[in-house]
Amino acid sequence: MRTIDLAIAIGGAAGQGIATPGNILARILVRRGLHVNVYDAYQSIIRGGHIFLTLRTSDEPVLSHGDKLDVLITLNQDTMDRHLKLMGPGSAVLYNADKIKPGQPAPGVQLCPFSVKELAPNVRGDLVQNTLALAALLRLVGVEFQILGDIIAHQFRAKGEAVIAENVGVARAGYDHADKHFKPFPVPLPDTGKPLAFLDGNTALAMGGAAAGVKFYCAYPMSPSSGVLHWMAAHGRKLGIMVRQVEDELGVINMAVGAAHAGTRAMCATSGGGFALMTEALGAAAMMEIPVVCINVQRAGPATGVPTKTEQGDLWQALGAGQGDYPRIIVAPTCIEECFHVVPQLFNLVDRFQCPGIILSDLLLSEGRFSIDPAELDFDVKIDRGNVIGLNGSNGHANGTYKRYEITPDGISPRAIPGTEGYVHVVATDEHDEDGVLISDEFTNPLKRQAMHEKRMRKMEGVLELLDPPELYGPADADVTLIGWGSTRGVIREAMGQLAAEGISANNLQVKWLVPLHAREILDVVGKAKRTIIVENNYSGQFARYLRSETSIVADGHVRKYDGEPFMPHHIVEGVKKVLAGTAKQFVPTHEIMV
Amino acid sequence: MTLATPSAPGADVPRGVPVRVPITVKDLKGKAEPDWCPGCGDFGVLAALKQAIADLGLYPHEVLVVSGIGCSSNLPGYINTYGMHTLHGRALAVATGAALANHEMKVVVTGGDGDGYGIGGNHFLHTMRRNVDLTYIVMDNQIYGLTTGQTSPTSIKGMKTKSTPNGNVENPINPIPLAIAAGATYVARGYTGQMKHLAELIKGGIMHKGFALIDAFSPCVTFNKENTHDFFKQRTYRLEERGHDPHDFHAAMEQAYTWGEEIPIGLFWERTDLPSLDQLEPVLQEGGPLARRPLGLTPEQGQALLKELM
Repeated sequence: MRTIDLAIAIGGAAGQGIATPGNILARILVRRGLHVNVYDAYQSIIRGGHIFLTLRTSDEPVLSHGDKLDVLITLNQDTMDRHLKLMGPGSAVLYNADKIKPGQPAPGVQLCPFSVKELAPNVRGDLVQNTLALAALLRLVGVEFQILGDIIAHQFRAKGEAVIAENVGVARAGYDHADKHFKPFPVPLPDTGKPLAFLDGNTALAMGGAAAGVKFYCAYPMSPSSGVLHWMAAHGRKLGIMVRQVEDELGVINMAVGAAHAGTRAMCATSGGGFALMTEALGAAAMMEIPVVCINVQRAGPATGVPTKTEQGDLWQALGAGQGDYPRIIVAPTCIEECFHVVPQLFNLVDRFQCPGIILSDLLLSEGRFSIDPAELDFDVKIDRGNVIGLNGSNGHANGTYKRYEITPDGISPRAIPGTEGYVHVVATDEHDEDGVLISDEFTNPLKRQAMHEKRMRKMEGVLELLDPPELYGPADADVTLIGWGSTRGVIREAMGQLAAEGISANNLQVKWLVPLHAREILDVVGKAKRTIIVENNYSGQFARYLRSETSIVADGHVRKYDGEPFMPHHIVEGVKKVLAGTAKQFVPTHEIMV
Repeated sequence: MTLATPSAPGADVPRGVPVRVPITVKDLKGKAEPDWCPGCGDFGVLAALKQAIADLGLYPHEVLVVSGIGCSSNLPGYINTYGMHTLHGRALAVATGAALANHEMKVVVTGGDGDGYGIGGNHFLHTMRRNVDLTYIVMDNQIYGLTTGQTSPTSIKGMKTKSTPNGNVENPINPIPLAIAAGATYVARGYTGQMKHLAELIKGGIMHKGFALIDAFSPCVTFNKENTHDFFKQRTYRLEERGHDPHDFHAAMEQAYTWGEEIPIGLFWERTDLPSLDQLEPVLQEGGPLARRPLGLTPEQGQALLKELM
């Protein structure tokens, strides 16, 4: 039973230090066993502009950042002017009254002013208002002061007792001020006694790579994928992972391919623009039959697009990455847990089938921060390198008889690692024969070309058998089936709850494995659905078009969003109601929060 | 795996130490016959590379030859070592990954001037500054051959090609000073008409710990009517015969800019005081090649990672 559902927003300019109170708050909450979901709306500037962080917490899992705000912390006048109107009855607004004028709130909104000059007259620096606001907030939500004091002491441990004492003193003043002047929320935040872990999707992807045995990671910085690089760089030496920042994404993917061919598990991450540069080499990996994993953390495109905003706009880019037909595996994790789990799974698949694997994440999932049950992060994962020769030294056999691209019933040929005695061979991006010799070297041979092409593509049949098909979530006989892919799972499922409260039963088919696609299983489910609506974060209905091409399914309606901001649950609810009422075939919500 | 020393038959080898049977140039013959035009300079590079490998006593499985795309990039198919025939312009990036994943392997990169100095120019620059332990042999014919004769980054000014029918107006790249300035630690130029000299330069490059560039004049007999064998025969002189000191930066730069009636070949520049990337990389300091290390994390490592998130 959900007893707590509280959303706290912190807004200000870039450089005002919004991340720190956000992280401290999240830490405090997950240590009490509360679930959190954090979404940070920001811009591509280092100082200035507007940053708006939403942290939602509950004693039950939090599926999205939600529809409403309970607390607004404004660090500048702009935030107050933009967002006071979002606040409804029962909510509270915290602000430094020295600098910020509140405007006219809606009835029932508690204005909570504090004065930095009065509460911390002798402390310098702009971050004081953050500490005061955070401390006051904790009083409002019924968290005891000691926890904040401990965290501040830990955070400033390198700066000495005097600095710690000063900062704890500031926090105390804010806490006591709130105690005296503000009305607390009716239900204090409980402590469930089961602490949770807290991480973003990029960290989960990186840790999934580490668990899978990635030994070579390289990247070119690109928002919103750089978090994977930062995690790898911070942990590489300790974990024995080589991490390289490369001159461009062409270099990134080709370096990863080289490292993978030499026998390591190699991974890289980028966003759409970098992925565009990588596409030829993904085809090369497939042609040479080298397993490599590439993460595309999607952001709003095309071109430079909106670098700090989310979108599910690269599906067709991934489907069509590079010239010609080639085997590839594409997966879109649908939640934070899957960001971790899909990486070792995908590595086992690409090792076994000797082809590239693509992970489609997006800004919402990769830079969103979530609580997670620590038991989900089990590093003891299954590792399967497939049919590989020579990783553990050479047996010296097969001198002269080895064929790297031997034609086999399942299309998988034994893969010898360079350096292995007796298995010398050449891999080529030109079409080649079983022994690796280019078929165009003297005379091309259509029959050999056809046989080799079929051998490679045949591998995909084996992949599908190993993957779990998507499962229908919710009542089987629902009025409407909401179909989504990747990161929209949480918000769709929250919308299902809201629809149920309005008497509309909905279920959800969320697709994770995109290539190969479980066309038959999806047809089975959709065949039984009363109505179908596809929900996705792009303009053209990329998944709707893909699903139609693979299954002939034409959905009854569509809910799409392509303004850079993620769906809020009520956007989907509104769209579903319009489609079911027959007033719209396609619904595009208007985002209410100007960030 | 250390660099092998060829053991002469009947040499006095202690009991229990496996004798390495020396390989010959013949053992290095690849599966395919070269499809280069008769008289192509690339034959000279292939012969010189085989000679260098045989002379060094390396075994076929100890060498990885990586190429891009172009006439000269077909080379890996013609030599019996591990090979990767990759994408146009990307050989150095692929080779860097392979060399770092198995730093005990000898990695040689072969390609042409378009592949390396044109489409692959960015990788060329950065591979040199990183001083990756690679031997890069550029078969420089100053023309695009496989695409039937267009101007290249090293085509001389005024040269008429299919893409510059009125003469090339652009200045060519001079790879030698570029490489010296960019941080390559072994910079040489050979000429395929002097195969043994070229083989010695390649040997030096393979033995050199760090990035070695060997730009090899490799005349295109079909499409380049200006930079022909006659052209180079008349002009080339060997640096070592003129007392050049490859450890003298200013002398190296002066020679590097020499181009005209006389064109130098040989070793321009070498320095051995700079560590290569694998020597600088902390992860490679112990534990052998990355490729052969066990995968996954220990329970302790997993616990430590989890603790960071709590």
